[in-house]
Amino acid sequence: MQLTTEIRKDYMIVKLKGELDHHTSEEARKKIDKQYFNNNLLNIILDLRELNFMDSSGVGLIMGRYKNCMNRNGKISIVSTNPYINRILKMSGLLKLVKIYDTIEEAIRG
Amino acid sequence: MVEKNNNRNYMKLEFLSKSSNESFARVVVAAFASQLDPTIEELSDIKTAVSEAVTNAIIHGYEYGEGLVVVEATIEDNRLDIVVEDFGKGIEDINKAMEPFYTSKPDLERSGMGFTVMETFMDKLEVESEVNKGTKVKMSKVFKSLSRKE
Ligand SMILES: Nc1ncnc2c1ncn2[C@@H]1O[C@H](COP(=O)(O)OP(=O)(O)O)[C@@H](O)[C@H]1O
Ligand SMILES: [Mg+2]
Repeated sequence: MQLTTEIRKDYMIVKLKGELDHHTSEEARKKIDKQYFNNNLLNIILDLRELNFMDSSGVGLIMGRYKNCMNRNGKISIVSTNPYINRILKMSGLLKLVKIYDTIEEAIRG
Repeated sequence: MVEKNNNRNYMKLEFLSKSSNESFARVVVAAFASQLDPTIEELSDIKTAVSEAVTNAIIHGYEYGEGLVVVEATIEDNRLDIVVEDFGKGIEDINKAMEPFYTSKPDLERSGMGFTVMETFMDKLEVESEVNKGTKVKMSKVFKSLSRKE
């Protein structure tokens, strides 16, 4: 899995590439939280468009970041177009808490 | 017509309970299943279900300690049976463990959706477990692709 971050205003844009499972979500969690707290950021956009695999550990990762954002009165959004990943997001009830967009621009516009 | 049952195949994989083996296990089973000519969706289902069961063996069965995880897969015509087994902690209350959102490890950011994912993506799911002996997760899926061609 590859993770890159970009900061635009008070948004941290996290792009995940490859496979998000229990093994890789632990790395992802450390990297995201470090950037988020060290730079005192508010909102997170998770770009999942280049993920080709995600299981319920990915759901746990998103839930955890959702809680961090809520604690700061920030918000988290997801950019995802892969039907298999969207299916898990929907199944887990995450879409009741977090909005899903097709592009980063749409996610920023909200 | 002559009854033929030449479409039977079997594999067994045994590995250490390391999280880096999660992707290894799901890729092996998916490659084995490819002889059933699966759709992309069916492959995704299999990979995800195997990933859930193997992850559970590692984090709940062995609680990050060292142990062996065994994955077996059998093809019988257009059905794939998968067994994922650990010899770890075991599950005290299987019904409770299988409830959506239930997790015994919320501090590890578990979503409690593993069994629900396995149930949804496979046609059948059975869990056998004994405390301090281990857990056996049996799943099967019928592949549509072969029957479609007939
Ligand atoms: N192989 C296993 N050995 C021991 N306990 C298990 C095993 N698999 C699952 N469990 C128990 O069942 C619960 C639910 O599993 P699951 O639905 O995958 O959710 P999660 O992994 O997110 O906790 C786990 O929290 C754990 O208590
Ligand atoms: Mg699980």
